[in-house]
Amino acid sequence: MNAPESPRSFGRNEPDYPNPLPRPEGEFEALQKAWKAPSGLSFITAVNNTYVGLWYIGTAFLFFILAGILALIMRAQLALPESNLVGHDLYNQLFTMHGTVMMFLFAVPAVEAASVYLLPNMQAARDLPFPRLSAYAFWAYFVGGLVFFGTIFFGLAPNGGWFMYPPLTGSKYSPAENADWWLLGIGFIEISAIAGAIEIIVGVMKTRAVGMSLDKLPIYSWAMLVFAVMIVIGFPAVILATLLLEMERAFGWPFFIAERGGDPLLWQHLFWFFGHPEVYIIFLPATGMVSMIVPTMAQTPLVGYRLIVLALVATGFLSFGLWVHHMFATGLPKMSLSFFSAASTAVAVPSGIQVFAWIATIASGRMKLTTPSLFIIGFLFIFTLGGLTGVMVAMAPFDWQAHDSYFVVAHLHYVLIGGMVFPLFAAFYYWMPVASKYPLSERLGRWVFGLMFLGVNVTFLPMHITGLIGMPRRVYTYPVGMGWDTLNVVSTIGAFMIAAGVAIFIYDLARKFRFASDDNAGNVWNASTLEWLPNGNYNTRSIPEVVSRDPLWDQPNLSKDVEEGRYYLPGTATGGREALVTSPFDARPQYILQVPGPGWQPVLAAVFTAAFFLLLTVKFVLTSVVCGVIAVGCVIWWLWETDPGPVRPPADIGGGIVVPVYVTGPANHSWWAMIVLMVVAGMVFTCLIFSYLFLWLVNPGAWPPQNVRIPEWTWPSLAAFLYCGSAVLIAAASRQLRGEDRRSPISVPILIGVALLFLCGGSAIDLWAQWGTDLSPSAHAYGAAVYAIMSLQIFFVLTTLIMGAYTIARWLARRLDSVRRTTFDNTMLFWYYTVGQGLVALIVVHCFPRLTGGI
Amino acid sequence: MNLEARWHTLHGWLGTFAKRAAALFCMLSLIGCSGVQSALDPAGGDASRIYWLTVIMTVGGTLIFLGVTSLLLYAIFAPPERRAWLGTRGTIVYGGLAFPIVTLSALLPYGLIVMRDTDVPQEGALPIEVIGEQYWWRVRYPADGRQTEFSTANEIVVPVGRSIAVSVTSADVIHSFWIPNFGGKIDMIPGRINRINFTAERPGVYRGVCAEFCGDQHARMAFDVIALEPEAFEAWRTEQAKPAREPEIPLLARGRELFRVGGCGSCHAVRGTEASGQFGPDLTHVGSRRTIGAGQFPNNIGTLAGWIANTQHIKPGVRMPSYGSLSGEDLRALAGYMESLK
Repeated sequence: MNAPESPRSFGRNEPDYPNPLPRPEGEFEALQKAWKAPSGLSFITAVNNTYVGLWYIGTAFLFFILAGILALIMRAQLALPESNLVGHDLYNQLFTMHGTVMMFLFAVPAVEAASVYLLPNMQAARDLPFPRLSAYAFWAYFVGGLVFFGTIFFGLAPNGGWFMYPPLTGSKYSPAENADWWLLGIGFIEISAIAGAIEIIVGVMKTRAVGMSLDKLPIYSWAMLVFAVMIVIGFPAVILATLLLEMERAFGWPFFIAERGGDPLLWQHLFWFFGHPEVYIIFLPATGMVSMIVPTMAQTPLVGYRLIVLALVATGFLSFGLWVHHMFATGLPKMSLSFFSAASTAVAVPSGIQVFAWIATIASGRMKLTTPSLFIIGFLFIFTLGGLTGVMVAMAPFDWQAHDSYFVVAHLHYVLIGGMVFPLFAAFYYWMPVASKYPLSERLGRWVFGLMFLGVNVTFLPMHITGLIGMPRRVYTYPVGMGWDTLNVVSTIGAFMIAAGVAIFIYDLARKFRFASDDNAGNVWNASTLEWLPNGNYNTRSIPEVVSRDPLWDQPNLSKDVEEGRYYLPGTATGGREALVTSPFDARPQYILQVPGPGWQPVLAAVFTAAFFLLLTVKFVLTSVVCGVIAVGCVIWWLWETDPGPVRPPADIGGGIVVPVYVTGPANHSWWAMIVLMVVAGMVFTCLIFSYLFLWLVNPGAWPPQNVRIPEWTWPSLAAFLYCGSAVLIAAASRQLRGEDRRSPISVPILIGVALLFLCGGSAIDLWAQWGTDLSPSAHAYGAAVYAIMSLQIFFVLTTLIMGAYTIARWLARRLDSVRRTTFDNTMLFWYYTVGQGLVALIVVHCFPRLTGGI
Repeated sequence: MNLEARWHTLHGWLGTFAKRAAALFCMLSLIGCSGVQSALDPAGGDASRIYWLTVIMTVGGTLIFLGVTSLLLYAIFAPPERRAWLGTRGTIVYGGLAFPIVTLSALLPYGLIVMRDTDVPQEGALPIEVIGEQYWWRVRYPADGRQTEFSTANEIVVPVGRSIAVSVTSADVIHSFWIPNFGGKIDMIPGRINRINFTAERPGVYRGVCAEFCGDQHARMAFDVIALEPEAFEAWRTEQAKPAREPEIPLLARGRELFRVGGCGSCHAVRGTEASGQFGPDLTHVGSRRTIGAGQFPNNIGTLAGWIANTQHIKPGVRMPSYGSLSGEDLRALAGYMESLK
């Protein structure tokens, strides 16, 4: 492990900067030219984080407004008992869409979008490491999200509640396409969230200002790191759940149908294993923002930096151990309820640490009551209340009463509005001067805050009572005389107050927001972190070296020195876009990453990916497949331009530091991304194995069911042999491709080709063997689980097939040799993963039923 | 403005606020006090235990909330020299780490004890089986001692003072069985049988409701719960186990004939007649129930007639079609027959 070194170890004395003045003629112009945004129609091909980040935030905010309007319609309906404003059908779509859109199309994308915009600036990186990936994630989300939302206008919106419990959402009780829109629409937007998470992990770990070691990382970066890791671990569960439910709906594989060995509770476990962390996934980035804003507003360093980092990590960790508190009423044994009850209270501790750290910071400074400060105060007020009711519902007996009542509606809105929306509005006001020529109006800001703060409390405080006096959630109307009438009218009035606040905000935004990069309003709050450095599309002119957590306060001339180009990499070494990759712990410069620029590929790939999923939903299978193939083609076209190789000798970035412009292996940023992707894949597979074992538990003595044969040992053994053989061949190909002499021997494509045959052969034999036993995937959950495991494996084998063929094509095009081999390395990593997954799958499918079934 | 002055204004403001909040809370809790479907009006031991847990946590939570917000406002508005002690790492360690750990360590065992004592199976409990269906409740009283078994719907009658053991499951999608005045809820999950135990301690009329979203008419899926003194309960039970009454006047006989030729019996059972359908609610003693439509409307000849003629209008999406083609007279006869099935 690289121990963090003292900040001075590779710095120098104050007057002695890495790069001397004056800077050479044309250096700055070359930098500007490399980062120039495309103009005209091709403006949408921009991939730079400044543009994509803002579009992303804007789109997320649009969904906030749209889902908010849905909520207003619901509140209008509930203002009076037995109201006929909207019917049950529309109402059920409204609350499903409100929850789904707020969670999946607003909250997660909004915090991810904010970090696309802010992270590189805060870490003084020129851009995120995979700008085209962010562009792809954005466009997929933009197209998919808008189409998904549009279903409400056609009565096709999902109507089973945002957690989509089967069997209500199964094909028997929801035969229409409404549920498919949720499963395919949201399933695919989750993929976009994962793409963003991979980007954030690599961005935080690898692209930072020089000397920004982990103990000097802004808290926001820490929060985003924990956030991204949580997405990587949590989202696969819901992706798998949606896949299983969609397979059940489309092909009748009974994962959740009790009559055929399935179990509706399997969905709940998978959903909440994602769904509870989801709450913290939304909340942690917001706390990261708060930890940035509070020190600025109080003009003092954050108190308890290490404790806050610890709290972030602890929250992330604990949040995966309490999903069952959403299932307290499902009849689980009291023993397991006790465990989850304890874990649910424990998670209050790290939140307490953060709240008191902010209070301590405020006390140690002098809080200016600006609009961001007001939103922070509002956040602390509302979130504390939501946290306390959270402890209440963590007590299982209380939850038996409160669960699925308006008390929970109140609790979750306190936590989510308090914990995420208020910090986000604070962030809008706080960071507006970075993104815009003018800051937002402080005078109107007070109105926005006042209306929203009062509105939230007027809406949701009464709901605690409404729930305890018996009103269940998700009812489109309620009878007269239950004592709920007054409280509901009050809640409705509150909802419109919130709306008024948001409307004023939009008005102010229209008045004051003018996009800016190099002519932004500047450091109006006297903040201490690097996003307030003068910047352009290339972010900072030179990449600063930082020696503390508050560089702008501790290094007084930093802004000027950075802008003059006195720090590292003041121009461009390769003539194109570049980012400086630093070591993960102590942030020493490692190499220059050649960053891809604008291109149509990510936009087209995203549009066709969206088309693939959306057309599949409406069962235009053929067109959908064509779109899918085009999408894969676009991705290949996009990748073809990456992995440029060492286009020039190592470059001097200043201060005598000479770094290469191309590296391979574990230092390479794409190696990291591939490792994270493997974790995602591994989690999907782990959740699938969990599902298999869960279904075994609910079918004691019927695993496999009567009259089901298991294939002879010969076949799985042969498949395992072929899998292992393909891995050995790939390892051999890797050995052939070593050395500094840029060899590219003919043996490499041949070995890859044979390895591909082995891999596909292994998978085919396994499928053929199961097929030969007449095992039906739709007769019983056993068959469904076996075929699901095999389908996932086949999907990975096919992906490896495409990657292998692509790698061979790179060799044929002379774009692959012993030095320029990142493409090969990534394929190899994925290959090993596929083989490993295949072996585990064979063991589970062939050995486990023999152990349990006594065959 | 000078900070000292602000501090005083704030002091006054906080005081007023606390008084008003207390007044508001009292007012709001009064609303709950007489609820037929309220967790704040416990009518059984389990509900009482949970009620006190609620009260204690609400009071404790309110105090903590006031403490935290006061500290926050103190940190903002108190003069710098007076608030300096707050701006240290110690605040985090004591306030954010030690305090929650101590408080939660006290609360958690209390919560676990309440859990242990709530929903406990008792010897000699009265068994009742409830099956949730879109969007009504099938209720079955299994044979118990001398008493024979029988089925009813959308109404649960229990004796006061005897433990009740309800087994629940679902015939279609997930529902949740919740009688707030008696205790918590339990999900009704297809393929699983869940149990909930409670004891009614106060005679009266209460209301239960479906708490898990179950489709179109989830909002209109409720049931009556009637707690009777043991003797009254036994009498009710004996009546319910009997076959349906014979019609006493020609109009009602005509109603029974309409019921027969209309095919009502293919979905509904009326014990003692040839109607033996199991798809919909058992109507043998439908006239004795307080409400119809799964806890939706008071039960009388008018609402019964309205229900038969306009089912899909009143509760769109239920399984029963509207029988709007019946003439007024036929409808009256049919509804009258239903009402007579006491």
